[in-house]
Amino acid sequence: MKILVALKRVADPDNANKIRIVAGGEKVDTGNLEWKLNPFDEYALEAALRLTEDGKAPKQRLGEVVAVTLGPKEAETNLRSALATGADRAIRVEAQDEQLDGHLVALALRKLVEEERPDLVLMGKQAVDGDTNQVGQILAELLDYPMATFAATIEEEAQGLRVSREVDGGVCVVRLKFPAVVTVDLRIVAPASVYSQKTDRAFKYNDGVRFAPLPAIMQAKKKKLDVKTLADLVVNTPLRTRYRKFAPPATRRAGAKVKSVAELVDKLANEAKVI
Amino acid sequence: MSEVLVVAELSDGSVRKTTHSSIRAARKINELSGGTFSILVLGGPAAKDAAQQLVGYGAARVLVCADATLTHYLAERYAPVVAAAAPGFDVLLATASSYGKDLMPRVAARLDAAYAADCSDVSLEAGQLTLKRPMYAGNAYGFCTLSTTQQVVSVRQSEFEPAEPSGGKSAVADVALAAPGGAAERVEFVSLDQVKSERPELAEARVVVSGGRALKEDFFKVLEPLADSLGAAIGASRAACDAGYAPGDFQVGQTGKVVAPELYLAIGISGAIQHIAGMKSSRIIVAINKDAEAPIFQIADYGLVADLFQAVPELVTALKARKA
Ligand SMILES: Cc1cc2nc3c(=O)[nH]c(=O)nc-3n(C[C@H](O)[C@H](O)[C@H](O)COP(=O)(O)OP(=O)(O)OC[C@H]3O[C@@H](n4cnc5c(N)ncnc54)[C@H](O)[C@@H]3O)c2cc1C
Ligand SMILES: Nc1ncnc2c1ncn2[C@@H]1O[C@H](COP(=O)(O)O)[C@@H](O)[C@H]1O
Repeated sequence: MKILVALKRVADPDNANKIRIVAGGEKVDTGNLEWKLNPFDEYALEAALRLTEDGKAPKQRLGEVVAVTLGPKEAETNLRSALATGADRAIRVEAQDEQLDGHLVALALRKLVEEERPDLVLMGKQAVDGDTNQVGQILAELLDYPMATFAATIEEEAQGLRVSREVDGGVCVVRLKFPAVVTVDLRIVAPASVYSQKTDRAFKYNDGVRFAPLPAIMQAKKKKLDVKTLADLVVNTPLRTRYRKFAPPATRRAGAKVKSVAELVDKLANEAKVI
Repeated sequence: MSEVLVVAELSDGSVRKTTHSSIRAARKINELSGGTFSILVLGGPAAKDAAQQLVGYGAARVLVCADATLTHYLAERYAPVVAAAAPGFDVLLATASSYGKDLMPRVAARLDAAYAADCSDVSLEAGQLTLKRPMYAGNAYGFCTLSTTQQVVSVRQSEFEPAEPSGGKSAVADVALAAPGGAAERVEFVSLDQVKSERPELAEARVVVSGGRALKEDFFKVLEPLADSLGAAIGASRAACDAGYAPGDFQVGQTGKVVAPELYLAIGISGAIQHIAGMKSSRIIVAINKDAEAPIFQIADYGLVADLFQAVPELVTALKARKA
């Protein structure tokens, strides 16, 4: 199986409360926050690796995983770590975040898919900076591919996948035939979430994503990382989503500590009047 | 003038409350820039009856596409129908439930239209429809405009009160099934496993009781009596869902459900940024946590530093005593 994984680097989501809105509101300043791989994309990469191996013998790669990002030169750090973790090749499309919106990312990815012809495009359900949750769906429609968003489990079948999706109220199971687009949700990195046809269903992965061993980090420097320009992939496409201004959210102040359950009930009834 | 098309959401053949939030948003767009709104109902044969549930909300028209091939929702089959009904509408709107999030970007791509996701408000700036969106786990709002003439929008349910009926009776009209693309041939609905519950839906409840990792296997044993005594929906942190103490769709947060009830109780939840993003618009927040330094206390109106395994049963007893 050949898989294209789309990866985006984002400002450290665990410190998202440290971002500042530049005076006048024209920009969000992520200041000195570290850049991290979007967590959902880390999960998508892990899912891609699981789908291209026998879980018991992960060293032997059974397919090809191509990691792609649209971003500045610095994003190559994230691609290198994807290569160290097990991706075979990487492609960076030179772009500054301000030059991109979901539509443009999807257009560029479409072109890459047409060039690379993967069986599957794996991506995160949402980039946790913009929180838009759109690129996978747009890409699937542009390609006229079937899709499964919010994937919690993926099982490889002959010529396709069986995917369970986390939806409101429960779990929806769909079958897809290749080529297809899948966007992953949090639970995709649980121990029994992803099975290639080679992996025994009794096999359990470690919870979470794998880490690159040191020698792999060295070897990753030798793996192929191509750089393309946005113009190679999409011509003359202006942004469709334009942010005119930004504003901070209303702040919420800490209230009071209560000393007992009795005091809590009293406050809820007589002060807040919610019970 | 903005002609708006609301894409309704059905569940088991009846209209979900998410739809009423979209109707509220559509009315707001009409108030801002004039025009009318219509509602499109898609589904299996039962969609015809469902459409009747929506004729009293002031829509110019209620459009229905009822077809056996639409009984089980698949974006690959729904998007072509929505796109085919779109001519004449400036804005296509749905609520950002898992349905709206899945469907609307696909509709936008099909229409070659721009999309704004999970919007918390709409306004008119210099004559242009401007969408307010929470970003960075709710730590910034972005105000964006879309450049295409047709625009696709999803709105955050917790920010738009469900619309009330407005009287009158909308005309109902059938719309034809549109031929799906090749994608529909390569996707098959297998099953939808939904847990039926007597409780209110998480996103609609007046009271939400959420539990975290601390509850362990006793998640439901501890929280159900409390939820029962408050008529509450039950939610959970990611950690509780990941560990399997609660189902995945109970998750409240940046990447789960966003809720804004009158009362939110966070039980054994530390208050990570991602969790707070999903509940900080609640009117009253109560936190019960044994760690006095837990970040959840920074946004709680009432904090109780206690062992939840003692405090929650005590709270249930106190609430029952009040009712009696
Ligand atoms: C990409 C991504 C997306 C995420 N999205 C979400 C999301 O949407 N929603 C979400 O919730 N999280 C999300 N998270 C996870 C988030 O970062 C936290 O890890 C998670 O919210 C922690 O859950 P918790 O508070 O239950 O667990 P913990 O942080 O482990 O907290 C448990 C709390 O219980 C308290 N406690 C323990 N025992 C007792 C007791 N006996 N009595 C009282 N208190 C007790 C402890 O003091 C502690 O504060 C996301 C993370 C990532 C990376
Ligand atoms: N700049 C980018 N480069 C590569 N992939 C991206 C980029 N932006 C978004 N994606 C992919 O699209 C997914 C959904 O992002 P979004 O629709 O922006 O929330 C992400 O999880 C990534 O897999």
